[in-house]
Amino acid sequence: MTNTLHRYGSSDSFNDDYIVFAIPARGINDKDSVEKQRRFLEIARKHHPVNMGDASHGAIFRPSKELNPTVHWRRELAPDFDTVVNCVSCPSTVAAVFNDPDHVVAFIKELKKAGLGLSINISAALDKAQECARRAGLERHSVEYSLGFFGQTDRMADRQTLELATMCGHGMLSFNFVRKLVEWVKQGRRSPQQASATLARFCSCGVFNPARACRLFEEAKK
Amino acid sequence: MHIDQQKCVACGNCVAICPMGAISIDSVKNRAYVNADECVECYTCFRGMSMERLNPTLVRGIRRLLKIFRLRFDPEPDVCPTSAIAPDELTWPRVVRRAFSDPVVTHESTGVHGRGTEEVKTNDVTNRVGVGEVGYVVEFGRPTVGVRFRDIEKMTRALAQMGIEFEPKNPVTHMMTDKKSGKIRDDVLNEKILSAIVEFKTRIENVPAVLHRVDEVSKTLDTVVAVGVSTRCDESGGSALDTVLSGEGFSFVRGKTNLGLGRVSL
Repeated sequence: MTNTLHRYGSSDSFNDDYIVFAIPARGINDKDSVEKQRRFLEIARKHHPVNMGDASHGAIFRPSKELNPTVHWRRELAPDFDTVVNCVSCPSTVAAVFNDPDHVVAFIKELKKAGLGLSINISAALDKAQECARRAGLERHSVEYSLGFFGQTDRMADRQTLELATMCGHGMLSFNFVRKLVEWVKQGRRSPQQASATLARFCSCGVFNPARACRLFEEAKK
Repeated sequence: MHIDQQKCVACGNCVAICPMGAISIDSVKNRAYVNADECVECYTCFRGMSMERLNPTLVRGIRRLLKIFRLRFDPEPDVCPTSAIAPDELTWPRVVRRAFSDPVVTHESTGVHGRGTEEVKTNDVTNRVGVGEVGYVVEFGRPTVGVRFRDIEKMTRALAQMGIEFEPKNPVTHMMTDKKSGKIRDDVLNEKILSAIVEFKTRIENVPAVLHRVDEVSKTLDTVVAVGVSTRCDESGGSALDTVLSGEGFSFVRGKTNLGLGRVSL
């Protein structure tokens, strides 16, 4: 699962994009990991994440199967952190997304103290992740690099669409849907916050960054 | 996946949602339909869209009325008003599409959600990629282009000729009938999926040759290929791959950093 590795953008574009996730190793330390995963999310919540999720059960923004027609005039945009924490029930990847490196450092320091024993990773610009690790008193153990895209890259979308669509690495955000929302924001039919929340609902892992999306929608308006 | 023709009101919301562009509106029947050959069973429409359970006849009537008076209603773009999207019961080999496209489904072969393994995310516990070694994740079809297994097989065969040994716990390896030659089973070769990852590792000195081969073969495929490489860092957090990749002209900005906080026993 490389769902956060290949986000599209320049180095500056990742200044507000940090995903910290915890994962148990199958067959090694996944027994009794559920409580540790829940603890990870509870600690994360204290440090102002902009998104949070459990790959098995969904994120703080999620679709509803029982809407009523008033939703077209008054859609609930408030994140639901409680459901994410309470729904953890099996070994899985749990993630929290931050838009401020200071919050990441504070979160990692607290994780270090908590000693959960799960593998903790930061997915971000490599230099910024290393800086966060060092500020928290850690050196990185292993590192994975994104080398970008090979092959028929002309089949990919434009830069603006890719920056938004690749925030769900599992490909749940279609290029057409992203373009549609960019147009709606430009036309004033939706606010950047509404458009970001709409996209976030499609990312069940909770690694979509609504704060970065908001910024990208604002930039698109100009 | 299919659209229930009794329920569909042709609002068109699901058309833009589909990552593969497999949903269209039939202008004669005035209903949405799914192109089964292009659909990868990712469940984005079924799971990602919110649902209302409105009466289809009522919704069609209101839409007709609005059209007569030339009034435009601006509905939420991620809502199916009549819950018309319905999954099919999948059988072999079509079931492979969902296994490789829906991130909520756990691969039987790996026990992991998504399309690969734990890579180096748990390397602090597994030591899968040791000192002097490099792990590769070669992913096909992302972002949102899709791929058929026959294209993946071109790459696995080319890599096998270099003596690559594929990661045994990876779902694509699980689809091979001959791991030495990279041959993938015939009955899935035409199946289209959202993406799949081929994983393997080599010694660090083999990185340039492998990456250039991946680049060459990628150009012959009808899809995009996203490549990641990983390694274990030294005690001061340094990575020997920095020099190798820079020397080969690869630029890298983003990645995953394992902080080494994992323990074998919780």
